Amino acid sequence: MGAAVEATATRQAYGDALLALGQEHDDVVSLDADLSVSTQAAKFGKEFPERFFNVGAAEANMMSIACGLAATGKVPYCSTFAIFAAGRAYDQVRLGIAHNELKVRIGASHGGVSLGEDGASHQMIEDIALMRAMPRMQVIVPADYNQAYRAVLHSYENDEPMYLRFGRPATPVVYEEIPETLNSVDVLREGGDITLVATGHMVWRALEAAEALEREDGIEAEVLNVAIIKPIDSQAIIESLAKTGVAVTAEEHRVVGGLADAVRAVTAEQHPVPVFAVGMGDEFGVSGTGEACMEPFGLTSRGIAARAREALVLKPIVSHPPLHGPEWT
Amino acid sequence: MQHLRPVPDPKPPPVPIEGDLATIRELERWATVLRMDCVRMLAVAKSGHLDSSLSAADVVTALYHRVLRHDPSRPDWPERDRFVLSKGHAAPIQYAALARYGYFPLEDLMGLRKIGAQLQGHPDMNRTPGVEVSTGSLGQGLSMSLGIALALHLDGDGDARVWCLLSDGDCQEGQTWEAATAAPHFADRGGARITAVVDYNHLQTDGTTEEVMDIGDMRAKFESFGWDTVEIDGHDMAAIVDALERSRTVERPAAIVCQTKKGRGVSSMEGRFGFHGKPPSPEQAEEALTELEHLFAAQTEALETATGEFAAVPSRDRGSD
Repeated sequence: MGAAVEATATRQAYGDALLALGQEHDDVVSLDADLSVSTQAAKFGKEFPERFFNVGAAEANMMSIACGLAATGKVPYCSTFAIFAAGRAYDQVRLGIAHNELKVRIGASHGGVSLGEDGASHQMIEDIALMRAMPRMQVIVPADYNQAYRAVLHSYENDEPMYLRFGRPATPVVYEEIPETLNSVDVLREGGDITLVATGHMVWRALEAAEALEREDGIEAEVLNVAIIKPIDSQAIIESLAKTGVAVTAEEHRVVGGLADAVRAVTAEQHPVPVFAVGMGDEFGVSGTGEACMEPFGLTSRGIAARAREALVLKPIVSHPPLHGPEWT
Repeated sequence: MQHLRPVPDPKPPPVPIEGDLATIRELERWATVLRMDCVRMLAVAKSGHLDSSLSAADVVTALYHRVLRHDPSRPDWPERDRFVLSKGHAAPIQYAALARYGYFPLEDLMGLRKIGAQLQGHPDMNRTPGVEVSTGSLGQGLSMSLGIALALHLDGDGDARVWCLLSDGDCQEGQTWEAATAAPHFADRGGARITAVVDYNHLQTDGTTEEVMDIGDMRAKFESFGWDTVEIDGHDMAAIVDALERSRTVERPAAIVCQTKKGRGVSSMEGRFGFHGKPPSPEQAEEALTELEHLFAAQTEALETATGEFAAVPSRDRGSD
């Protein structure tokens, strides 16, 4: 499978890369909870039925089965919707996978509100917070098909427990090729006025926002894609903020516990600058098309640009010189 | 806790893979030793679940000292049988069995639940040799056992088996029934390698299971989920050994419902409510150890007079259940 050239869902990359891993490694097994067509694990299941386990609508069971498989030398990839992976099966993931430090990969599809029509019951907007809080769990949110493909390969090459969040809608290409490595932070666009820190489906929107800011206001925005939210590359974030002095984060997630808090945790301790957030407030999503579901919460390129303009108004008031001085410049 | 009388330290029976099987009477005496270990451990730790350990003592003894194929010198031996203590709060009884077999020094038992010790309050696979998976949150062990069984099947045609010990509380958790549904579904893919043993002692933290949440006829439930199921007296060593060994031969996942008494072997505690999660006081521990010591002496005497008779009739040659 080559790199995607047009908008493709990140969950497609999960299915394609999982199949590739299965072809290369006998120890890869796949589990799904009756959503394998949606999560794309069905591709693996069709080619390797003996290594595919559909457990039915029983996510808790799936996570604990994965624990047993991993404790016996397999590398399980568990897929279901993010709402069930991180919500329903939290305790099973916590004790059986994270606490045991087992090489289990949770492929959580349909993250965020952009899954659309199914509405609030299915729109997981706190999974990053839950999984960030869980000891030893790594949290990965790729930006497009090509990075998602790399993320899945990366997950096999490393041993720590991992939660990977994928999305339902076709997502514009951000990386022209499948990247060589999966980095916590990639600088996708350079600029000196403000740093836009985005993850997942908000990355291409942040790039659009940066273009609009330049075109309409002459603002030079730097855009960071955070694909590995935990452990986060704090130095990469501080290097950018040492230059711009202000940030706007963007995530399809609650602003509590997610990317905004991950960035704020870095800045608050190491380089205090204002960090403004685009994300979900104390609220649930609603039904609608995927794109329409993003609008009410400002999860759009316009929403990011508007927040950036507000941030720049406040920047001279709340910003101050870097504590670490030239070390970061 | 020097004032606590020491537990007898008989020579451990041979490892089950080496051929010589412990007799029923030897196993009964071993169960007494493990019970005494548990009393001492909990008295020293001043914390933990003694009564839940005692109800499972006979089953755990039968497993480690006779039925499980395991080798303390090779805890990672790929073809070993796996034991999963879904009722992780009964960790002391598993720790006692592991220590008696030399997975770690006997004196380590006295570190139970203490800071820096390898014996955590609930089993931890990364800290304690012989623990296959960490447990302690009820309801997860049968699913974990299924995962192990599926992996063993993928690994080839060896016949390593997975033995999972469940409590009443485990069977109140919905996840146990997700696993109970899945194991027969995956019978040909490894599911049939599981023996689930239910330590049905009818007592839980807040009262009897009948009062708190009646789990009813466990045999009928497992049977209706497609398991090969038998129900036995969980303190009848011959019946336990027979049921465990028979379960190796069935082609479905096997369930053994053991009717047990919480606190078994300590008469002040046996079958009585109010001891869950409560360690014995020094006085209670002394009393319990005295009682168990008498039992041990009687069992030793019986062994000495009847060794030949019992050695000649190993339980596995008797009819099944």
